[in-house]
Amino acid sequence: MSKSQLIGRTIAELHSLIKAKETSCLEITEAHIEAIEKGDERLGAFLSYTFDQARAAAAHWDERLSNGEAVPLLAGVPVAIKDNMCEVDTRTTCGSKILENFVSPYRAYAVEKLHEAGALILGKTNLDEFAMGSSTEHSAYKVTRNPIDPDYVPGGSSGGSAAAVGAGFCVTALGSDTGGSIRQPASYCGLVGMKPTYGMVSRFGLVAFASSLDQIGPFARNVEDCALTLLAIAGHDKRDSTCLSQSYRDQHAKPALTKAFIQEFKSRSAEENLKGKRIGIIKELIGDGIDDDVKAPILKAAALLEKCGARVEEVSLPHAKYALSVYYLVATAEASANLARFDGVRYGHRNMDAAELHAMYYATRNEGFGAEVKRRIMLGTYALSSGYYDAYYKKAQQVRALITADFHKIFENFEMVVSPTAPSAAFKFGAKSDDPIQMYMSDIASIPANLAGLPGISLPCGLADSNMPVGIQLVGRPMSDASLLQAAQGLETALDLKLVAEKIKSN
Amino acid sequence: MALEAVIGLEVHAQLKTNTKIFCSCPTAFAASENEQVCPVCLGMPGVLPVLNKKAVEFGIRTGLALNSKIAETCRFDRKNYFYADLPKGYQISQYEKPICLGGYIEVNGRKVQIHRAHLEEDAGKLVHAGAAGLHCSDYSKVDFNRSSMPLLEIVSEPDLTSPEEARLYLTELRNILRYIEVCDGNLEEGSFRCDANVSLRPVGQKELGTKTEIKNMNSFRAVQRAIQSEIERQTALIEKGERIVQETRLWNEAEGKTHPMRSKEEAHDYRYFPEPDLMPLTISRQWVEEVRKSLPELPAQRRQRYQSDLGLSSEDAAVLTETKELSDFFESSLALEAPAKAVANWLIGPATAYLKESKKEFCQTALTPQNMADLCQAVSSGKVSSTIAKQLLLDLMAEGGDVAKLIESKGLAQVSDEGPIKAILQEVLDKSPSQLADYASGKVKLRQYFFGEAMKALKGKANPQVINKLLDEMLPPVAAG
Ligand SMILES: [Zn+2]
Repeated sequence: MSKSQLIGRTIAELHSLIKAKETSCLEITEAHIEAIEKGDERLGAFLSYTFDQARAAAAHWDERLSNGEAVPLLAGVPVAIKDNMCEVDTRTTCGSKILENFVSPYRAYAVEKLHEAGALILGKTNLDEFAMGSSTEHSAYKVTRNPIDPDYVPGGSSGGSAAAVGAGFCVTALGSDTGGSIRQPASYCGLVGMKPTYGMVSRFGLVAFASSLDQIGPFARNVEDCALTLLAIAGHDKRDSTCLSQSYRDQHAKPALTKAFIQEFKSRSAEENLKGKRIGIIKELIGDGIDDDVKAPILKAAALLEKCGARVEEVSLPHAKYALSVYYLVATAEASANLARFDGVRYGHRNMDAAELHAMYYATRNEGFGAEVKRRIMLGTYALSSGYYDAYYKKAQQVRALITADFHKIFENFEMVVSPTAPSAAFKFGAKSDDPIQMYMSDIASIPANLAGLPGISLPCGLADSNMPVGIQLVGRPMSDASLLQAAQGLETALDLKLVAEKIKSN
Repeated sequence: MALEAVIGLEVHAQLKTNTKIFCSCPTAFAASENEQVCPVCLGMPGVLPVLNKKAVEFGIRTGLALNSKIAETCRFDRKNYFYADLPKGYQISQYEKPICLGGYIEVNGRKVQIHRAHLEEDAGKLVHAGAAGLHCSDYSKVDFNRSSMPLLEIVSEPDLTSPEEARLYLTELRNILRYIEVCDGNLEEGSFRCDANVSLRPVGQKELGTKTEIKNMNSFRAVQRAIQSEIERQTALIEKGERIVQETRLWNEAEGKTHPMRSKEEAHDYRYFPEPDLMPLTISRQWVEEVRKSLPELPAQRRQRYQSDLGLSSEDAAVLTETKELSDFFESSLALEAPAKAVANWLIGPATAYLKESKKEFCQTALTPQNMADLCQAVSSGKVSSTIAKQLLLDLMAEGGDVAKLIESKGLAQVSDEGPIKAILQEVLDKSPSQLADYASGKVKLRQYFFGEAMKALKGKANPQVINKLLDEMLPPVAAG
């Protein structure tokens, strides 16, 4: 089998090839390494490669598989991880100069789980510095281009992971989503991207941006691979106190996400997966501020959901209009504290010329952080300052509770809601980089799910006028990750868009 | 204008858990710098705090012992500031919702009110090279062994009125923490640290005056002296008509004075906000009741019982409960059927004097409760005289041993046999004709002289009752008046 034939495959396809002994983990690895070596210089998806580790892991799994051992969930599946997740023996930069040479002595939980599942990690992907941004233009190292059209941004902050999956450099990838950083780039790159329920995946080893919002999740080219990757990384971890306990999962995740459940919904028709589902379409996220060429495919998809037996009705999220303000207060406040540890004392960049401690802090952080990170640290510091706390941080938390309550009210009658993932399709480089507010607006539809801790998934549903993909977002009840994936599978089947594959071919 | 002092104390008690409050590093004494550290207590990227349940239990335990209300839900907050010994750039503490609310400690029969107690993590330590302090040092190293050690900050109400009372409050608080075994209470090693808030106001005024905070006091005596010195400083200012500046002042033990801390070091806006890495902590009433059941008898309860059940004076009860070791020793001796009053007298009298003289703590002596019980038995049965028993007690405290064997080997048993005592008495009378004549002429007090001489000759071992009986027989009649 030629190397190029191994690119763009699904997990199921790769596994049947491995089982049929038509290929091996090592061959799959080499094929993807070749694709990266050919294409990544142009795309800039990766910040560092871990090819040798991937080769070693591939050899290890080939040996175990040849001994007749059962094929684990992601055996032989090339993946990439966003460079804000710690991995041993390689750098974790967070796209920042301040961590330029930082190598952690520990692995993120999600990364451990990938290894256990047999995944082959090819490298660490580019991101907006400390995951702060919506275009991956704010990385201190490089820009990442949209694999569908390199004039366009891939979205962000997990733009590198999105580009890597979209370009076929790997099969799935991990991103982190604080306000849409998985779903928005998935939407821009025509991929499936999911932010699980808060607490579903341990944050241990994920360098924190905003602790109460951050969640790790997968990118994939279809819903099934997205579900399998989530299944591999989800689970209780006692090192993260906000990670849901096993008993809580057992009690509340109904249906539970299992391989059998994924196989079952994959084998079903769109109608079987969608029939009887009560789906709300969020009024506030389909009106003003949403591009017409985004609205159109969303409404078409909604009609398709109805055609497949779902009951789709308009619902209201009355406090949605405050979500962006709330987010930029809560996230920046948490970030201002989370990023305080980068002080040059123990690790990372340090200015060596400063004569005393405070001068060292100023110089180190001034040199180490980029403009967007500094802007957010200042915003957050301000929001928490004495005399402003009540008006900003505290008020934001109160409104956050109202937004959560809005969702719960909807969920009394609906199982999930749909909206565009982002108000517009991918934009060109530089289009918004001079206007932070415009940039922040691109997360307007994805932020509410983070504020309320809900699972959200984006999948491609059509094309905008620019011929760039449009993503539709489904947001479900807490712990409904499996049902959400099932509905997404229904919609994916109904849409029958071979969007990404075709686009890659056309490039 | 008569002024009165208003004093509040903040105590940081290091909890005796086996591991740190947010990671699993051991808390035991570390041999070298940065030996007991991990990514969490070093503030590495991506790692998260996990609350030590034992620290919470010790918080509950302390709250119950201090008569506080244990919060049903409490929360952790981030206290933000930059310093080289603070690895995350924030300290995890409790700000709005502490674990313990209210409470009191009885000091000299008065209930001193407690405001709150909250859990938090300690910071690391700077080690300055080239000089003793930061000033003039060539460079500084940071030792993170102490980072994330569990602390309970116990804050009193501004309810203390004198430096003496402040010292007594601290003594009793430390005593309670030791009784309930949550804190070593060692000021030198820093497991019990105290800051004081001091203000003055005219007698009868309700509103508090401007306060200053005093830090850097390393002993109870230092606390008392520092507060005294601060009261005098503030009094002098007020009498001159000057205003008190709200500030933090450092106690200088050698000079016996406080100095203002540089204002730059205290101008903090800590920007507290809820710690998003930890869930709010719910403390079930069942847990509180379980902890309550495991509480030992507290010093105040013991004092009460010693007076009402054992008939000891309040002063004696206070001395006996001053340390847990002494009080536990007393209890154990009683359990071996030693009489309470006798044990109390031995412990409060000769034993305490010995400790003072030898500068030892009670736990550093070799004396066992069994020794004490045996000693009391030996005295009450007449086996040894009380003079000999006192010497025995001191020997046992210094060297240890077995009471019966010591009496045997040192030949200390009391002589009650009339024969030898009579012979010695005869010798004494024979060599003291003039005293004998004086006695006969009416100086009856000389009886003591003969008694003493005989006892001395018998090396203290003679049974005093026998000597007295023989003296009655052998002394001449006294001439009438
Ligand atoms: Zn540690």
